[in-house]
Amino acid sequence: MPGGTDWPLWEVFVRPRRGLAHTHAGSLHAPDAELALRNARDLYTRRGEGVSIWVVPATEILASSPEERDPFFAPAADKPYRHPTFYEVPEGVRSL
Amino acid sequence: MHEGVYREFEETIAAGERIEPRDAMPPEYRATLIRQIAQHAHSEIIGMQPEANWITRAPSLRRKAILIAKVQDEAGHGLYLYGAAETLGARRDELLDRLHAGRQKYSSIFNYPTLTWADVGAIGWLVDGAAIVNQVPLCRCSYGPYARAMTRICKEESFHQRQGYELLLALSHGTEEQHEMAQDAVNRWWWPSLMMFGPPDGESPRTERSMAWKIKRHTNDELRQRFVDIVVPQAASLGLTLPDPLLRWNEERGHHDFGPIDWAEFHAVLRGEGPCNAQRLGQRRRAHEEGAWVREAAAAYAARHAARPAGRAA
Repeated sequence: MPGGTDWPLWEVFVRPRRGLAHTHAGSLHAPDAELALRNARDLYTRRGEGVSIWVVPATEILASSPEERDPFFAPAADKPYRHPTFYEVPEGVRSL
Repeated sequence: MHEGVYREFEETIAAGERIEPRDAMPPEYRATLIRQIAQHAHSEIIGMQPEANWITRAPSLRRKAILIAKVQDEAGHGLYLYGAAETLGARRDELLDRLHAGRQKYSSIFNYPTLTWADVGAIGWLVDGAAIVNQVPLCRCSYGPYARAMTRICKEESFHQRQGYELLLALSHGTEEQHEMAQDAVNRWWWPSLMMFGPPDGESPRTERSMAWKIKRHTNDELRQRFVDIVVPQAASLGLTLPDPLLRWNEERGHHDFGPIDWAEFHAVLRGEGPCNAQRLGQRRRAHEEGAWVREAAAAYAARHAARPAGRAA
């Protein structure tokens, strides 16, 4: 548009027909949430891809940074007791 | 090459893994991708025009509904691709400005006119067929958002290619007049389709770097050869011929040989001197300029209602 201001960017999440969770489908520009939802319907679900759509302004999303990847996710690696495989169970014990 | 600054980038590429939007990447990689993805997006948007030219004149309701769905898909492909370009820091409105100013290109193919209904079939079969051969390797492109957009696009392109083939099949098995119309369309779209793969390998300055970065997976000539080998038997199954007297199977190479491409024509079209360049860009600019007040109205409405609470998540 004149002045070079584009409509805001929205991220689109779709829950498939039998899907349990909404999955990121892509993004689009729209002036408001309602038009974002309508356009997402036409753009991402016109071949029966889903039954529920979320649209979120891209500016509302905070992402983890790739530079901090190692320190940010590090605590998981040195805490093996967080995993069920850490614990020994005698042979023959069932349903555990 | 960048004294280790992009070591992680290079390791990721070497391992065949994907680069994601927030990863560090050489500025040239970013610039190359923005250019390629934007021009790809522009091609989808401009590419709506030659086919939309026949929507109101489609010969049956079935063919008309198919054509409308196809043009709708192309708009969607443009949006997926602009979205991918934006993850690299480009802005869609700026990319469109560049298109309108003639500073970014779109595929040479869309500068050819659709003179008969059969052209809609030739575009689906040959043009979308060439696009698929070009685009399938891009599903493995090193840049994640582009690769994901291409996966989605390729699924839909195969519908386009089939509708074109089916359209031509109906014509080539119809009346004599219909058969001639189909053959004439193939005659006019064959060489421009081969040009879609770009200049020959010796004259494609960016190929080497794009292949090293795994943006491109095959050279222009490799893909062009693959397309010819796929299409020749399909033409036979349609009962149509391809307008190339030098086209023949080469037992030794295991490929079809084909005649020389008119590169002078290709470069003229890229310079803006093709049959429809002015018309295509003019129509795009007009739609943008005459739609300005509608975009402003939508923005004003959104601003007024910004305070209103949105619907609840479901």
